[in-house]
Amino acid sequence: MNIDKVLDAKGLACPMPIVKTKKAIDGLESGQILEVLATDKGAKNDLTAWAASTGHELVETKEENGVLYFYIKKG
Amino acid sequence: MTERKKTTIVLFSGDYDKVMAAYIIANGAAAYDHEVTIFHTFWGLNALRKDEEIKADKSLIEKMFGKMMPRGANKLGLSKMNMAGMGPKMIKDVIKKHNALPLPQLIEMAQEQDIKLVACTMTMDLLGLKQEELLKNVELAGVAAYLADAEDGNVNLFI
Repeated sequence: MNIDKVLDAKGLACPMPIVKTKKAIDGLESGQILEVLATDKGAKNDLTAWAASTGHELVETKEENGVLYFYIKKG
Repeated sequence: MTERKKTTIVLFSGDYDKVMAAYIIANGAAAYDHEVTIFHTFWGLNALRKDEEIKADKSLIEKMFGKMMPRGANKLGLSKMNMAGMGPKMIKDVIKKHNALPLPQLIEMAQEQDIKLVACTMTMDLLGLKQEELLKNVELAGVAAYLADAEDGNVNLFI
């Protein structure tokens, strides 16, 4: 997977991960991929719902050592 | 792109915790690409006050009200466990510890995200608050302007 931009939102609490993700994705072109790193446990549901509602595609998620990774393709 | 959805919040409360909840939802909604309006009325107006004292032409009662009410978001009390001001101090420590945003910064972020902050003029008159005492870029309006935003709103809250 070709990652076009990385957003480190580790340690940030709600609503920062979602606000920063929105800002980051605004700077991308359609089809580009944003990687988001977060540690907020709510981020999993938040980013999944956000991507579905705003027309972006959550391509993949994984969790490693307590860090959540999200790969979002801009719609 | 389809027409943007709308979120409107009536902020009646001037409690730190409730105002914080309102601004978290508002900032989240802005990240959802909604057009967001927060309509501040009654005690909610105090969240929009500047923290310094502003000279304004006021009656005696208006001056008293101005002194008794918290001047700005950072001075608001908690709805529970306020404990004469100890509660807010403790909650601000906890907010810091958990890397959450304190209220004044949530309001700043709301302005950065172009959330429309509206002050209700009728209750401003009742509480004796003048526009120059409120933050910059706050719009003044009444119930009709709120309803115009709310009638095609997708999320409507009264806090």
